[in-house]
Amino acid sequence: MNFEFTEEQKMIQQAAKDFAERELLQDVIERDEKSLFPTNHIKKLSELGFLGMMTHPKYDGGGMDTISYVLAMEEISKIDSSVAVVMSVCNSLVNWGLETYANEAQKEKYLKPLASGQKIGAFLLSEPEAGSDATSQRTTAEDKGDYYLVNGTKNWITNANSASTYIVICQTHPDKKHKGINALIIDKNTPGITLGPHENKMGMRSSDTHSVMFNDVKVPKENRIGEDGFGFTFAMKTLDGGRIGIASQALGIAQGAFERALKYSKERKAFGTEICNHQSVAFKLADMAVKIENARNLCLKSAWLKDQHQPYGIMSAMAKQYCADIAMEVTTEAVQIHGGYGYVKEYHVERLMREAKLTQIYEGTSEVQKIVISRSLLKD
Amino acid sequence: MKICICISNVPDTTTKIKFVNNNTAFDNAGVQWIINPWDELALTRALDLKDANAGAIEKITVVNVGLADADPTIRKALAIGADNAIRINAEPKDAYFIATQLAEVIKKEAFDIILCGIESCDYNGSTVGGMLAEMLAYPSVSSASFLDIQNGQIIVKREIDGGQELLGTKLPFIAIVQKGIAKEPRIPSMRGIMTAKTKPLQVVEAVAGEPFLSYNSFELPKSKAACKKIDPENVKELVNLLHNEAKVI
Repeated sequence: MNFEFTEEQKMIQQAAKDFAERELLQDVIERDEKSLFPTNHIKKLSELGFLGMMTHPKYDGGGMDTISYVLAMEEISKIDSSVAVVMSVCNSLVNWGLETYANEAQKEKYLKPLASGQKIGAFLLSEPEAGSDATSQRTTAEDKGDYYLVNGTKNWITNANSASTYIVICQTHPDKKHKGINALIIDKNTPGITLGPHENKMGMRSSDTHSVMFNDVKVPKENRIGEDGFGFTFAMKTLDGGRIGIASQALGIAQGAFERALKYSKERKAFGTEICNHQSVAFKLADMAVKIENARNLCLKSAWLKDQHQPYGIMSAMAKQYCADIAMEVTTEAVQIHGGYGYVKEYHVERLMREAKLTQIYEGTSEVQKIVISRSLLKD
Repeated sequence: MKICICISNVPDTTTKIKFVNNNTAFDNAGVQWIINPWDELALTRALDLKDANAGAIEKITVVNVGLADADPTIRKALAIGADNAIRINAEPKDAYFIATQLAEVIKKEAFDIILCGIESCDYNGSTVGGMLAEMLAYPSVSSASFLDIQNGQIIVKREIDGGQELLGTKLPFIAIVQKGIAKEPRIPSMRGIMTAKTKPLQVVEAVAGEPFLSYNSFELPKSKAACKKIDPENVKELVNLLHNEAKVI
């Protein structure tokens, strides 16, 4: 067993750290407060190749492994999860899904501009009445011969406004239930698509989240990914990898809050000494460090399994559930260590705490991850 | 036109410096190594020049005097955008030794512009660039804060007391660069990191040469005393401490 990173992996980690500290930190509080989408930051991130970092170079991606992706996601998320979620959706869901399951013509037309960072993608699965229960898709893609006619509403869509390319999960054969679901590639500019207002969220406020309405949207048949009825399998397989991205994001949030709490505890004095010298604070720091180390190992093991082409769905569910839950715990303790200062914006930890909450909810709640994990334990 | 950047492999600037062997050697344990920040700025400027003068600059080569442990740092320079690298396989002992080694390679490769950082942030000698110019008998400009190619002519700005000099020079020449030469170092792209693996890193053996200097011992600066807070009303105590303890009045 080897826990050493390669030189390339270390270089990517450092590049992500430099980018986050140099470009994102300076206005992260303002963007969060005003819900401003990080347009320029995303442009720079895409120019560096982070949005398509795992896609094969023949499709204009960076050709990096999943471990590199975990390292980069952690560094970006330490500073700004709203940027990290763009990176996660593009890499784990849209680009990976297209690279793995789309045909060559679709890859040429849609994957290349996404992997090279010229365009941003979005993954449209959740609906007003189908979040965790992905089998209950109400958005329909009616088979009209040459094309599908799409109607319905998707909710909580990350990158809804900034994306050019949507991957939309919708029901074609309701009688076949989840086996009637299809995944369609849809240009955002197609007539009949409208966006709801920007969601005024608790955290990750500068990421761009909207509902998306489809009203008689015509989609060419050639835009279907895989065989008829492949959509549910496509979504589930894609989410297996997506969980690694969100787990790494939660890990980064926890690590970011921990580093700030550790630094603060060495500077702040109470009762005649730095507060880190009080056992109540020192033990909190120890507990936080242990949780983060466990979380990192789960992320890296999931990534390693994926890179080795071994089954990783259960491990990535474990990573997603554990990292998200400890991110909430660690950020809460970081605010506690900061005391009153932790409750104001300029110390960042209250923002990290708000961001951590979302990692327990999106791309499969912690409870859904436990369903995935427990079913795998009990299936034989 | 061929540009050479002389790069040093130095400890990260946030490293906690410690010494071993009775304070005669730097403790390498756990140290993260980076491109000397001044050299990285020089590389950034060279890349900017290449971008702005398409075709005029044939290649950018980084040259390092160091052992194999410097390779990751050299690869980073390649990832940032240098075209190739030469490592002179020797421990960088002192400025004279390093300049001797660099001079050999620079002569052989016939570079047109040679850029050195004003100092390395490990031993801060600030002498390699000047020595190199003497050894090669090339014109050199120290403290260069601006370098450009305008209508095929080299333009260099140099900081002087209270102002700047604007200089022209014939090729080949050496610029010893400082702050201002480039805005901030480039972050390597994913593509850059991938291609760095396959860019040429040539290892050449050192020529004969002995260092002029040896290090007898190192000493860390004394740690700063804790800050004392004095009641604003207690002027007598303030004067007493400044007089008897700080001994500044």
